[in-house]
Amino acid sequence: MNPEARPEVSPDRSRSTGTGTDTGAGTGPEVVAELDDLRVWFPGPHGASVRAVDGVSLQVRRGETLGLVGESGSGKSTTGLALLRLVDPTGGRIRVTDEDVTGWSRRRLRTLRRRVAMVFQDPQASLDPRRTIASSIAEPLVVHGLRADAAARRRRVAELLDMVGLRQDLADGHPHELSGGQRQRVGIARALAGEPDLIVLDEPIASLDLSVQAQVMNLLRRLQRDLGLTYLFIAHDLAAVEHMSDRVAVMYLGRIVETGTPAQIYREPAHPYTAALLSAVPVADPQVERQRRRIVLHGDIPSPVNPPSGCRFRTRCPAARDACAEHDPELFEVSPGHRAACLFAVEAVEETRASTGSH
Amino acid sequence: MSGHEAMSDHESSFRRAVATLRRDPLAVAGAVVLAVLVVVGVLGPWLAPSGTNDVDVNHMLAHPTWAHPFGTDELGRDVLSRVIVAARVSLEVAVVSVGLALAVGVLIGLVSGYYRGWVDNALMRCMDVLFAFPVLLLAVAIVAVLGPGLTTAMVAIGVVYAPIFARVTRASVLSVREQVFVRAAVSIGTSDARIMRRHVLPNIAAPLIVQTSLSLAFAILSEAALSFLGLGVQPPAPSWGRMLYDGRGFVTDAWWLGVFPGAAIFVTVLAFNLVGDALRDVLDPRQLTLSEARRSTR
Amino acid sequence: MSGTGPVLRLDDLTVTFGTRRGPAQAVAGVSWEVGRGETLALVGESGSGKSMSVLAATGLTPRSARVAGQVQLLGEDLLADTEPRRRQRRGRHIGFVFQDPMTSLNPVLPIGRQVSEACEEHLGMTRRQARDRAVELLDLVGIPSARERIEAYPHQFSGGMRQRVVIAMALGCDPDLLIADEPTTALDVTTQAQIVELVASLQERLGTAVVWITHDLGVVAGIADRVAVMYGGRIVEQARVDDLFAHPSHPYTEALLAARPDPAHAGGELPAISGSPPSPLDLPPGCAFWPRCPVRGDARCEHELPPLREVGGGHVVRTFYRSEDIGRSA
Repeated sequence: MNPEARPEVSPDRSRSTGTGTDTGAGTGPEVVAELDDLRVWFPGPHGASVRAVDGVSLQVRRGETLGLVGESGSGKSTTGLALLRLVDPTGGRIRVTDEDVTGWSRRRLRTLRRRVAMVFQDPQASLDPRRTIASSIAEPLVVHGLRADAAARRRRVAELLDMVGLRQDLADGHPHELSGGQRQRVGIARALAGEPDLIVLDEPIASLDLSVQAQVMNLLRRLQRDLGLTYLFIAHDLAAVEHMSDRVAVMYLGRIVETGTPAQIYREPAHPYTAALLSAVPVADPQVERQRRRIVLHGDIPSPVNPPSGCRFRTRCPAARDACAEHDPELFEVSPGHRAACLFAVEAVEETRASTGSH
Repeated sequence: MSGHEAMSDHESSFRRAVATLRRDPLAVAGAVVLAVLVVVGVLGPWLAPSGTNDVDVNHMLAHPTWAHPFGTDELGRDVLSRVIVAARVSLEVAVVSVGLALAVGVLIGLVSGYYRGWVDNALMRCMDVLFAFPVLLLAVAIVAVLGPGLTTAMVAIGVVYAPIFARVTRASVLSVREQVFVRAAVSIGTSDARIMRRHVLPNIAAPLIVQTSLSLAFAILSEAALSFLGLGVQPPAPSWGRMLYDGRGFVTDAWWLGVFPGAAIFVTVLAFNLVGDALRDVLDPRQLTLSEARRSTR
Repeated sequence: MSGTGPVLRLDDLTVTFGTRRGPAQAVAGVSWEVGRGETLALVGESGSGKSMSVLAATGLTPRSARVAGQVQLLGEDLLADTEPRRRQRRGRHIGFVFQDPMTSLNPVLPIGRQVSEACEEHLGMTRRQARDRAVELLDLVGIPSARERIEAYPHQFSGGMRQRVVIAMALGCDPDLLIADEPTTALDVTTQAQIVELVASLQERLGTAVVWITHDLGVVAGIADRVAVMYGGRIVEQARVDDLFAHPSHPYTEALLAARPDPAHAGGELPAISGSPPSPLDLPPGCAFWPRCPVRGDARCEHELPPLREVGGGHVVRTFYRSEDIGRSA
């Protein structure tokens, strides 16, 4: 496909929005959080910058789950942290419930923290080992003055424990007395305490046993249904992301390379990186595994200090061409609601798959 | 991670610590000595067989006898009584000065380690300057400004030991503040003050406890040194160091004047060190890494 | 490498720890073997004893562990050996790959040195010979420009590359057996695919036996010839890989397979197993899985420990419940 012939993107939306319809704000469900060309650069060795997030735009709409998937170095966790302003953005804008919080002072950010909550990867590490469970869950209530007195707080804690399926008698225990799954439920209860508009989940099930992962995923989905929650679900586990999300964004080296519904992304990936990622996920079926041919990516992920010129993925892409070194592709629409940042989207995927013999 | 790691972890570590200490004979010995010291220090004047300043001209420089188990000094005062009462002085100086060092040092270390940046640099450079002075020299300088006396001694020792507490605190704070639960507290919107108070401080208690017990030992030595130099406790109030100073001229003739106070210092410092070492072994982060290792078999 | 017979064989291995709260049985009655060129996968969650059984078999458990049972390395008893002899045999015939490549490698030694060290020690090579062998091995595991990079330090490599270095170290002495304990868990999925492929191809070339410990059933499907599923310190099912996935006979195996999100049924409720894996301190008298078992097909399982039962073709399962009688197909 000739790059010049690709569909024209409307000028004011030329900065891609990752999710939702293209018709702009005001139609469809409300946008709870939005990132506009977010950049997060960290100081690196010899004065260079580590470009952890390098131009990410996305929207999370009320009541939906946006899945953010990528490998290490993709910047997905940093994106989540930036949404809570736990890291400072180097460029771009962050909007939460229609307010631009990019430049907010630490004091003002305190109010933001009630509206956006976070569930961390390691449930053991994210709970203060010296505080009781009830105290950890109640902390948002205390910090933001959400309940009149200790009795009211205790009632709310009891309510939250119930919501996440934990026994009331665990409230006065400590984190080390609980199992990994129970600790993560506590983390979720704490995130719910302040009735946030958005919950960012950073690899919430990665540290858990397999049998417990399913429990927690079920819990998250049930809570979303019952309470109308909005999630940003960040993970490297493709199967989990697909299961949990309404829309998915795939990240590579600080950028979003593809967005779409799970069905679109997983059945018809348009970006060769997505295809390679899908091809690398092992399937629990020995016969499938024996027959499949994996798409092999050459070498390692490039350093985020010095991303390749043009398309960042070209150094490892099996279908890379000369044009890829010169133009840095932006996300453009491959089919309704399905975007990819590749000059030769879809075509490149076919080529990549063909090169291995079979899918 | 399954619940079986409840075998090892933070909350029971205190009980574990006490249980382990009880099994260590040296630690127990040290603890007993300290307990005796505290009792003697508190009840001092009532325990002493004679008054500390009861001059008995007839029995000057008497050998240790049943009447005067530690002998008498050049003014006929009962050495045993003076050693007992001096215990209180030593304890008081140690506790107050280390308390001062703790309060100031921990505050500085907390602010330094938590906020980093120029605040950290500025504060730590000040601490470095203080640290660079030989302990006694600094104490002498302070005493020179404030005049000799018990209070001055306490302030001097407190100032001199603050930097070590600042450093220990700062190091612990640096590692604790990177922990996820602190980040989680930030994500909730908890204020810095509250985070430092409720999340950081309780989690850095262990190294501070160890440092405190060790510093108490050094404080007693420092007080003794200051008094020996005539800059601490002023006569006629007894202090172990002062007694050493007064007894230095009689080393060959009346050995008991120096030996008993000296022995008291030695035994007390040894006791603090034994307890401190035992505490360090028990509260060592090494214990935590054992549970980390178990946790890693996911 | 020696001829026929299993490379490593465990017979009724039991590992018990004495804790303040009483004995904890981390591994109980575990028996398996792995032959030349074969890959055995040990599958289980935390507390299943999968790692501990291998550590015990190779004599790497802490002093507080009491190990009983028989372990034969290349036909000779390994546990009965003295420690020096065991260490020598272990070093010569077994290579280890652990989960975290960063802590497996010494950060202050160049990688070449770390790879050649083992060769010098066990094969009696000179420095120069060992160095050449190191280059050869690093090349074999896919480190680009091995000869130039031999002086590089671990921190200069990515996680995947470091794990390759660890594999090169493990292969240093041409071991008969490679034991890999969750070697790809900490790696990205694309890197994992590379490492799995690497080990498979090395196995083909060198005929090494492989014991691969993991919790990921997808990885198992890709690399294993035979699989042993562990729960609560015991083997609950063991079979050839095709057999296990096609006809899982133990409720735990079935539940594990079912709990993975399946693209075919995206969005629905996952059949989750309630509760958590048991602690070795708290094992029930009968089957350890009974408290969580969604099937509970045979009441005997609750109080009586089921023996391993043959289901056919080398497929054994530890349950009284006969799923095959019900005509269940997986």
